[in-house]
Amino acid sequence: MSWTISENSFWGPLDPAADAGYPEDRPKRKGFFTDTSICIGCKACEVACKEWNDVPSDHFDMTATSYDNSHSLNSNQWRHVAFIEQPKRLVTEGGGQDTGLRGTVDLGMPTVPPTGAAEQLANGADDRPDFRWLMSSDVCKHCTHAACLDVCPTGSLFRTEFGTVVVQDDICNGCGYCVPACPYGVIERRKGPDGAKNVGIAQKCTLCYDRLDAGKTPACAQACPTQSIQYGDVEELRERANKRVEQLHDAGIMDARLYGNDPTDGVGGTGAFFLLLDEPEVYGFPPDPVVTTKDLPSMYKHAVAAAGTLLAGAAVAFLGGRR
Amino acid sequence: MAEAHPVGFQWVMEAKARGAKIIHVDPRFTRTSALADTFVPLRVGSDIAFLGGIINYVLANELDFREYVVAYTNAATIVSDEFADTDDLDGLFSGFDPETRTYDPESWQYATQEDDGEERQDHQMQRETAAGMQHETHGMSVDGDVQRDETLQHPNCVYQVLKRHFSRYTPEVVASTCGVSEEQFLEVCRAWTENSTRDRTTALVYSVGWTQHSVGVQYIRTGAILQLLLGNMGRPGGGIMALRGHASIQGSTDIPTLFNLLPGYLPMPNAEEHQSLEQWVDAVRHPGAKGFWSKAGAYGISMLKAWWGEHATAENDYCFDYMPRITGDHGTYRTVLDMIDGKVKGYFLLGQNPAVGSAHGKAQRLGMANLDWLVVRDLFEIESASFWKDSPEVATGEIVPEECRTEVFLMPAASHVEKEGTFTQTHRMLQWREKAVEPPGDCRSELWFFFHLGRMIRERLAGSTDERDRPLLELTWDYPLLGESQDPDAEAVLKEINGFEVATGRPLSTFTEMADDGSTAGGCWIYTGVMKDGVNQAARRKPGREQDWVAAEWGWTWPANRRTLYNRASADPEGRPWSERKAYVWWDEEQQRWTGHDVPDFEVTKPPSYRPEQGADGIAGIAGDDPFIMQGDGKGSLYVPQGLIDGPMPTHYEPVESPFRNPIYGQQANPTRKEYPRQDNRLNPSPPEDGSEVFPYVFTTSRLTEHHTAGGMSRYVARLAELQPEMFVEVSPELAAERGLENGGWCHVVTARAAVEARVLVTERLSPLRVEGRTVHQVWLPYHWGTGGLVTGDSANDLFGISLDPNVLIQESKVGTCDVLPGRRPTGRAVVDLVTSYQRRAGVHDDHTVPIVTTGPGAAGDDEGDPTGGGGGA
Repeated sequence: MSWTISENSFWGPLDPAADAGYPEDRPKRKGFFTDTSICIGCKACEVACKEWNDVPSDHFDMTATSYDNSHSLNSNQWRHVAFIEQPKRLVTEGGGQDTGLRGTVDLGMPTVPPTGAAEQLANGADDRPDFRWLMSSDVCKHCTHAACLDVCPTGSLFRTEFGTVVVQDDICNGCGYCVPACPYGVIERRKGPDGAKNVGIAQKCTLCYDRLDAGKTPACAQACPTQSIQYGDVEELRERANKRVEQLHDAGIMDARLYGNDPTDGVGGTGAFFLLLDEPEVYGFPPDPVVTTKDLPSMYKHAVAAAGTLLAGAAVAFLGGRR
Repeated sequence: MAEAHPVGFQWVMEAKARGAKIIHVDPRFTRTSALADTFVPLRVGSDIAFLGGIINYVLANELDFREYVVAYTNAATIVSDEFADTDDLDGLFSGFDPETRTYDPESWQYATQEDDGEERQDHQMQRETAAGMQHETHGMSVDGDVQRDETLQHPNCVYQVLKRHFSRYTPEVVASTCGVSEEQFLEVCRAWTENSTRDRTTALVYSVGWTQHSVGVQYIRTGAILQLLLGNMGRPGGGIMALRGHASIQGSTDIPTLFNLLPGYLPMPNAEEHQSLEQWVDAVRHPGAKGFWSKAGAYGISMLKAWWGEHATAENDYCFDYMPRITGDHGTYRTVLDMIDGKVKGYFLLGQNPAVGSAHGKAQRLGMANLDWLVVRDLFEIESASFWKDSPEVATGEIVPEECRTEVFLMPAASHVEKEGTFTQTHRMLQWREKAVEPPGDCRSELWFFFHLGRMIRERLAGSTDERDRPLLELTWDYPLLGESQDPDAEAVLKEINGFEVATGRPLSTFTEMADDGSTAGGCWIYTGVMKDGVNQAARRKPGREQDWVAAEWGWTWPANRRTLYNRASADPEGRPWSERKAYVWWDEEQQRWTGHDVPDFEVTKPPSYRPEQGADGIAGIAGDDPFIMQGDGKGSLYVPQGLIDGPMPTHYEPVESPFRNPIYGQQANPTRKEYPRQDNRLNPSPPEDGSEVFPYVFTTSRLTEHHTAGGMSRYVARLAELQPEMFVEVSPELAAERGLENGGWCHVVTARAAVEARVLVTERLSPLRVEGRTVHQVWLPYHWGTGGLVTGDSANDLFGISLDPNVLIQESKVGTCDVLPGRRPTGRAVVDLVTSYQRRAGVHDDHTVPIVTTGPGAAGDDEGDPTGGGGGA
């Protein structure tokens, strides 16, 4: 087994398992394609994930933000279904322009109707825009270039033979370097509840590493009733996703787009990617995520150069002193 | 459907992916609406007007599937000229008696069959015993020979009667009654009719909330009329799908937990009408009528043989006299009110949580607090077991734990993975499930509980010579017991249900093998065949990819593993498929038999050209082109001369509690509905009565994906409870502004029964609607919470009073009127005072009676109270 830092180890297209040194006969890279256009927001993925992975339940307060009571992806929430209530963009007769709703980003908070709606209603002219209720099940992206893994000082976070990124609970020392490193805010140290396992340890989706080993589908994908969450070989899923986008475009749903499928994006593409019906920000995704360790090689070079210069300067000083 | 049936909804999504158009009609925008192509919001309780409008669209534009309609429905049948419709009588049909608020259906009959000496059942008695629908399930006792005009031009033919009746429901009327835009309404009309042709079929799917109305049965009837007119019945991809609220609710109707039915939809004998076996059998088979109910004797006697075995002989009428009899209303709501009145001593609750899940929660809890004993079998200590110590009435002082007389026995139950047996789903499909793990501790299956309860009672009674103990002592009660827990063998029970030849024990393959001479036994005739050849057919799990699209080898569907009922209608009268695309079952001329993808729902060798001889009845009376083989005339019923207590055709009535006057007729709400006028069951006033403005908003309830019905299986489980952790109310931004409600804040909802508090969710998924020229706000509440579990909250069902559909005695628990106030409700006695103050303001506090008949001679004003209400005041 040979292991070298390749040209693209921190940036650009790459087979992460190969880059990590797994031999040729390794399994194909595994991932999720989450098609949010058929998500029905049932949260079966959240429950199946918690059941299989024994993730604690710790939030018994209503958030009053649509039907989202699990807040976000965090150490106790490895799948998170976002609910976005959104007035449809009003397209005028001309075909392109909207009436001012376009461009505003709804973060899931209930909205106030456009001014005048109440009066319109009272006048019987109920032309309130149709509603969109977007639902999307978010998860760790299992990045091609995973900053969490890169910064982990203990080697607890590792790249599996499936190309996924997994925390080894018994090695993690809870230093938390990975937490700010993640460009999506996924990984987090478990803060509680009392009595739960792995408190203090960094926790996130493992893509059900223990199920994959046994040839099983991850719990969330297995539980998804509409196949919004599809599990499989990333390469094949990307093809499937491209076809689905085409299909939706043909059906006139021009907003359909993929997120995370592009190997040339800031994280080299993700193992878990998404079909969205609006801008990524609408769903709470960063629009242009960049692996936080992208500049590590150049930083390293700069640091080496700086150190060299420093050493040279010191040497010059000593040499000069002898004169 | 996505909301309450997410697993079934995958098939809707699959259909959508293949190009199906999904229309969702609902008062509020739900997870289903989010995925539908078209969402149509409408006013709660206006469904008959909406569907009636579509029927009018079909008839006015002659868009019905004419060949199907003429041949397969009763469209051509001539109705008596004595019949008078609601248009003539301001919302009543002919034959109405304001004294009893029931109809004499003589004038509703087909021409020449009025006053034919046939004894029509007494509607008043039928309403009490929920017996009206027995005509529906057992076929009408109409004569096979009826007058028909197949040109459909006769002014009194069903087609023309229907056309006149529904002509009221113009798009304008629909828009102003339902709060739907005309444009959207017409879009639905077009989509439905354009997709209902020889080549295409449309499915109507509803969830059981649709039935929970004072006109619940007529809602379904309206859907049935539309589907028949468009040729969508008995054809692949068509039909009416009732999505049930729990696993195997279909099973508990087939082998019922209802007071008026026995297994296989045989009626529970009535003390007056069914004094002998012969009378009971004749009441089902209707001598002279066509169809398969003519074999009712074989079904009934086989059931008696299954129950009493060797003791059931021809000499003793097969122990018919051992059967309990009904004498009146023994429905769940009557029973609860009788508990309050001290007339009921004991109560069994199995997997049911009426303290949270039934209408008028307070009446439920007060009733249960006045028993000698109560047995609750559930997974957790649900509210119906803990009400005596933690119900809202403890806080108000109406139940005092130290004084509550009810002794509660809480028996831990095994869950569905801890016991074996079948589930019957909405498609009538039985699927066997294995026991995955042993139940923990003392948890046991229902089968275990009832078997051993029966065993112990029989041991106590052993040796008794008392006549009344014989039905128990002579029961067949011998099933193999398995394992350490001595659980009865569920498959042995299924064998008994399936039926067998008494002499040999050979399992029956089909119900046509059942005999009325005691030579066969079988617990539920429609399930015969599930153990065909001694093999558990329900346990078959051949994957869909290994068989054709009908997948006949997955599980087993009653009757006779037939996947689509009345599928003779999938072929034209000559027996040819209506189209290649929709070919399903057809007549094979060469082989001289019916064949196709499914098991034909027809005598397989009866050719399409077969015509019965004059006067033929029973199965021989069914012509080769009569697909509706369970009906007395072999036709699908667009018009129902018998079997419905509230009229032969659906007509729009307002909900019992409504802020609106009926825009169509003087008769406000269903005049024949079942009411229990009592001081502890007050109803909010509705027009024409004064006081309706005190409760200006309309509310409805339903389920969330995250919880299961009354919460017994979800609020006690952390990973489900956290998904929807608090009771909330959804209101539109407009109502929030009007009432000063803040998103995330608190509000309380008040009716004449209760005040219920909840967090506020302000959402545009709810819209105010324009109805009859004014704005109406609708409020939505989930009904999952109670005082128990990991997440607690007030129960939405406390808000409802008790009024029932007259046909089946189902409660109106999907629509009511209310007021909404900001902030939390008062606590303790003060909450009772708040409700009382609302009653006073609305004028329903003292000796108030609801004016039920609001037109004609019995109308309100000269009303002296409802003479038909059951029970006295409490």
